[in-house]
Amino acid sequence: MHLGLDEPVRECQYNPICTRNSSSMETSGHKKKRTPRRKWQIFPGRNRFYCNGRVMMARQTGVFYLTLILIMVTSGLFFAFDCPFLASNLTPAIPVIGGVLFVFVLGMLFRASFSDPGVLPRATPDEAADLERQIDASNGPSGPGYRPPPRIREVVINGQTVKLKYCFTCKIFRPPRASHCSLCDNCVERFDHHCPWVGNCVGKRNYRFFYLFILSLSFLTVFIFAFVITHVILRSNRTGFLSALKDSPVLVCFFSVWSIMGLSGFHTYLISSNQTTNEDIKGSWSTKRAKDNYNPYSYGNILTNCCAALCGPLPPSLIDRRGYIQPDTPQPVSHSNGSCMYNSTQLQSHMCDQEHCIQSTKFVLQAAATPLLHSDPVMMGGEGPTLPGKSSLGGPCASLTPSQPSLPSSMPGLGCAGDMLTLRDPDTHCHHHHFVSPEETPSPGPMPLTLPCPAHMTHGGHMNPAQLYDPASQDSLHEDSVRGLVKLSSV
Amino acid sequence: MSTEFHNLQELRHSVSVATKVFIQRDYSQGTTCRFQTKFPSELDSRIERTLLEDTVKTLNSYYAEAEKMGGQSYMEGCLACATAYLIFLCMETRYEKMLKKISGYIQEQNEKIYAPRGLLLTDPIERGMRVIEVSVFEDRGSSGSSHSSSVSSGGISQR
Repeated sequence: MHLGLDEPVRECQYNPICTRNSSSMETSGHKKKRTPRRKWQIFPGRNRFYCNGRVMMARQTGVFYLTLILIMVTSGLFFAFDCPFLASNLTPAIPVIGGVLFVFVLGMLFRASFSDPGVLPRATPDEAADLERQIDASNGPSGPGYRPPPRIREVVINGQTVKLKYCFTCKIFRPPRASHCSLCDNCVERFDHHCPWVGNCVGKRNYRFFYLFILSLSFLTVFIFAFVITHVILRSNRTGFLSALKDSPVLVCFFSVWSIMGLSGFHTYLISSNQTTNEDIKGSWSTKRAKDNYNPYSYGNILTNCCAALCGPLPPSLIDRRGYIQPDTPQPVSHSNGSCMYNSTQLQSHMCDQEHCIQSTKFVLQAAATPLLHSDPVMMGGEGPTLPGKSSLGGPCASLTPSQPSLPSSMPGLGCAGDMLTLRDPDTHCHHHHFVSPEETPSPGPMPLTLPCPAHMTHGGHMNPAQLYDPASQDSLHEDSVRGLVKLSSV
Repeated sequence: MSTEFHNLQELRHSVSVATKVFIQRDYSQGTTCRFQTKFPSELDSRIERTLLEDTVKTLNSYYAEAEKMGGQSYMEGCLACATAYLIFLCMETRYEKMLKKISGYIQEQNEKIYAPRGLLLTDPIERGMRVIEVSVFEDRGSSGSSHSSSVSSGGISQR
């Protein structure tokens, strides 16, 4: 009797909290159900996403639009002014082939620009903590003999010793051939270079598209150049050389042919020796470094190397951009106050069905998981102020070197001495050269890089809540499933 | 209600993620996807060595098959290039098919071998193919869970 009287009183006392919290939870839950957020919206890198996560590009896309405009204008002029004459006087196959090449070039450009280059997702807090523990453990006992510095691991690949560096931003040991792009703030697998002309990094997943783009573009420019010259010659027989020259986009083609052909030749060499631009510039596998230095990734055979780069299996994207952030997972940061209290009142309101029991079990497990996750932000926060410092000092400088050619050792590979003067001058190359080799593309880099330094700070701060989403959702799901599985197995 | 609240508290105490053990990548054979078959010492008491090693070796073989460069992958690559990669709108790549097979295998292994021992393997694709995450659960209140299930059924019957 006494208990019966008390319970309604307790219920009355709890009700105001229950309804307020449950309504706020419901509205927030409803809001989340109405607009479920996708993972690209909380992506920690400095990329831009379009078409609801289907398209992924770098932050600076201005030069990409320039590339697009140049290709379209040149081809447009060719199709408008030269093709009618050539089709009627020579063969209609010329505009057809030109059209096919043009479509292929654009297709490869879009594919290279819009796809994920092979970005490595950042480490979850648990992984980062585990790595830190391992690094601290290896620091402790000082033994005799050579020991590599703590943030470097050495691996022997096909007889060559390769150093795997620790990435402070992504909190992982970078796999071999991976590098951190300072412009996009991501580690990219098999990092070749960051290409502003394409508006994206070139890495494992889009290298073949990039190569096919420059190869087909070189064919297109040679094609257009050749037939424009033919047109000028044929017309000069009738009207006069200078007036014929006025009508054709010869100048544009002339400069672009040499640059693009040089670039295609350089990348053909890289593909046949299975190297990245990054490795070639650093001279990682050159015999100048050490006599017994060789490329451990090469298959030894030019044909196999080419097939592997161009026709090999296409690995899937490791960042699930269009996946949903689990909507029924409460954010660990925002639910820090009185989580036990209002979870229990919320549970009381959902007591009827078995389904609701399962739902409430989930919330309880999440509540159980939150104390564990709360310890991580403190650690992250502690590292936070040092992170931007490290990345702003070490990151841009260290990661710029792969993309910035201080000594263009690969220049002879371009095969055009005339380019060397113009390529060293960053001011004029914009005006005179429309298509420049990617080694030079980072030289406009220092301009946008003045912006990322403060951006590093904000991104260091933004990283924390972003990273906490995934482990929370996945932890609760795993706990659910293991509870279910354990119960199944016990029955 | 109070009894059910009591049961949920018991549930909360009975299961918690104790540790996560990470099996790292093995780069000794290049950049192909391989995981270390070295047995982590933290799992010594939880599972037999051979079981985990077998699982990792099978996973390695699946990944090797996905990344294998042979006639079939070249054909697929050339066909894709010829159709300007539009063919991937209709069909899955071989790699994606293998990844589905791998996640099915991991789920099966979890159900049969790991869940009964309080362990759970996470599919490496969810961790960026960097690690195989093994979550170790401490099922402290295994007797408590059976108690709570009987009490909860009693609680429901009371209402």
